[in-house]
Amino acid sequence: MRALFSKLITFLGTEPYRLVVALLAIVGFVALNAAYLVWVERKAAGRFQRRPGPTEVGPAGLLQPVADGLKLMAKQLIVPAGADATLFRAAPLLVMAPVLMGLAVIPFGPGLAARNLNVGLLMIFALGSINVMALMVGGWSSRNKYAMMSAARVVSQNVAYEIPMLLVVITMIMATGTTDLRQIVLQQAGPFWHWNLFRVWVNPLMPVTFLIFYICMLEETNRAPFDMAEAESELVAGAYTEYGGMGFGVFFMAEYANIVLGCSLATVLFLGGWQRPFGLLPGLLWFLIKMYFLVFSVVWVRWTFPRTQFYRLLNLSWKLLIPASLFTLILSAAMIKILRALS
Amino acid sequence: MIVNEPTCASAAGTAPRETFVLNLGPQHPATHGVLRVKMTMDGEYVLRAEPVCGYIHRMQEKMGENRTYAQYLPNTSRIDYLSAMTYTHGFVGAVERAARIVVPPRAEYIRVITSELNRISSHLVWWGAFLLDLGGFTPLLYAFDDREMILDLLEGITGARLTYCYYRFGGLYNDVDEAFLRGARQFVLHMRPRLKMYRALVTENIILRKRLIGIGPISAELCRKYGATGPVVRGSGVAYDVRKAEPYSVYRELDFDIPAFPEGDSMARYLVRMEEMAQSLRIIEQALDKLPDGPVMAEKVPRVLKLPAGDYCYAVEAARGRFMVRLVSDNKEIPYRVKLRTPCLSNLSLFEEASRGMLLADALALLGSLDMVIPDIDR
Repeated sequence: MRALFSKLITFLGTEPYRLVVALLAIVGFVALNAAYLVWVERKAAGRFQRRPGPTEVGPAGLLQPVADGLKLMAKQLIVPAGADATLFRAAPLLVMAPVLMGLAVIPFGPGLAARNLNVGLLMIFALGSINVMALMVGGWSSRNKYAMMSAARVVSQNVAYEIPMLLVVITMIMATGTTDLRQIVLQQAGPFWHWNLFRVWVNPLMPVTFLIFYICMLEETNRAPFDMAEAESELVAGAYTEYGGMGFGVFFMAEYANIVLGCSLATVLFLGGWQRPFGLLPGLLWFLIKMYFLVFSVVWVRWTFPRTQFYRLLNLSWKLLIPASLFTLILSAAMIKILRALS
Repeated sequence: MIVNEPTCASAAGTAPRETFVLNLGPQHPATHGVLRVKMTMDGEYVLRAEPVCGYIHRMQEKMGENRTYAQYLPNTSRIDYLSAMTYTHGFVGAVERAARIVVPPRAEYIRVITSELNRISSHLVWWGAFLLDLGGFTPLLYAFDDREMILDLLEGITGARLTYCYYRFGGLYNDVDEAFLRGARQFVLHMRPRLKMYRALVTENIILRKRLIGIGPISAELCRKYGATGPVVRGSGVAYDVRKAEPYSVYRELDFDIPAFPEGDSMARYLVRMEEMAQSLRIIEQALDKLPDGPVMAEKVPRVLKLPAGDYCYAVEAARGRFMVRLVSDNKEIPYRVKLRTPCLSNLSLFEEASRGMLLADALALLGSLDMVIPDIDR
């Protein structure tokens, strides 16, 4: 039995099968996360609002996501009259697919990545841009004015926020000298002040850079206070207005999957990935702790702040975040030069 | 202070513009009821917002004209369901003025206490719902937590939580008990630190301030044009309040201020309501101290009222503004005419002019700051 098991492991470890297993694991991870982050969010929101949150289905409402999922799956998929049926159906998939692919290059632990690409960081951002297109397609094809306005918002908002985010990423690429996420984590080995967040000798404004990244991530995932695309009190449900059943469900899951991806990336880039601050617990667990801490902060922000206006959101990006991220970019370029000249 | 105010470029007529009509409501999360606003939009800019009323019209005035005064009394709780006490006060006051009924002082003081409690609960609902409009979800639950205390108090003496119908011609349905008086005092002590907390957590939040300051300015002139009253006109710098302008009940004997902010923007209206809650607490405290003993019902109020022929008016300050009842009697058991002057209709009327050229999100913040109760518009 034991021999059979180890044979199976080695069999699954060979290349094409290993990838299939890893991708299945990622799909499972994302589905589980999406389902249970909804539960976490509802529970947390309940606590913030002095109420218990879901309690009825299962112990502490733990089966609520299952019940919700079953309900959504049982619903009819309605394509509104006059809508572009193909694009309308394709949009949720287009939102979901890039997140799954992006997670494939995230190193969750030492040697625990579905695919270790030397351009992993670039791949995530290349795929991430599809997300915008997908929301736009969803909004545009539903033939609904609210969805249309939401689609227009999504585009201008994401254009505005991809720039500072990419500037931050370039800063990080310069500081680490690689786009390989595994290498980036390996460089941060050692005590926690080796994490990129505290590497102030490369870039004295590293915490600011992290903050810019965090704000852009909130924005890219369309989370409050930047949830312009889904601004409930203005655009009803924005691009999702016409979606029902699992079409909406997939959008919803993709939102949480995006948060997981964004927080994983922040963990890898700034918080040392699987590196442990002190020698307890395995690396994977530390990765998850850091990531879920960030995820929780995202939830926390949502239930604390009101929504901003759309033009202020754009102003924040063009007038503050882009200059600030450009400044940190130039600053760290200069610091790297100086450090190299000194050594 | 207006920072980065967007300019409506194509609305100025420089580019050929393509407009579309956005049908906001009658089912929309921001209208809090069945209000429909037909918006002509240029992109995200509102060119014209035309409110369409009548989705919940119940012929309240006509109903008044075919039933006796006592039969109509419960209706008054259902016009503006959030300030049922004050609305009943308006109707009861008009009948008492016409029939020359003198209400015992204890009843008047209790009317003031309950009306002010009702005003606070109404403002709390507005506060929570308004922040919901702005995308802040959590304050609503805090507001409802406080409101729950008021509803429990009022339930204890009236038996109802929303549509009280507690005032009767000549006094009250019944006297208040010790539990209510104790509870009201406790509530005042509870609410003051809460208001402080709300100021620290919400009013001073940078996102909220940016969303409200300088947004949706309404001038005193505009208020006069459309007859806007209540916090809307006080947010435009006019300290008009029926409780001071035409003092009714025992408001003359109580010491309170009328908060007014001259800026006229959404923030001013917000601050007026927040300050009014503090003033209502002051009024409740004083009224509890001064509460005299005695009966709560005037003697010899006839079972079937026949008002002497004539035309009678009585106005009260409801949570949303001036509520006036006009009764025309031809000496029968049933009034010849019941006219209800409700604040929300006038306050909504100025929305079309005030919202021109605004962004959708700002226009909805403006609509929220007007504090609409839809049955009060439609009656």
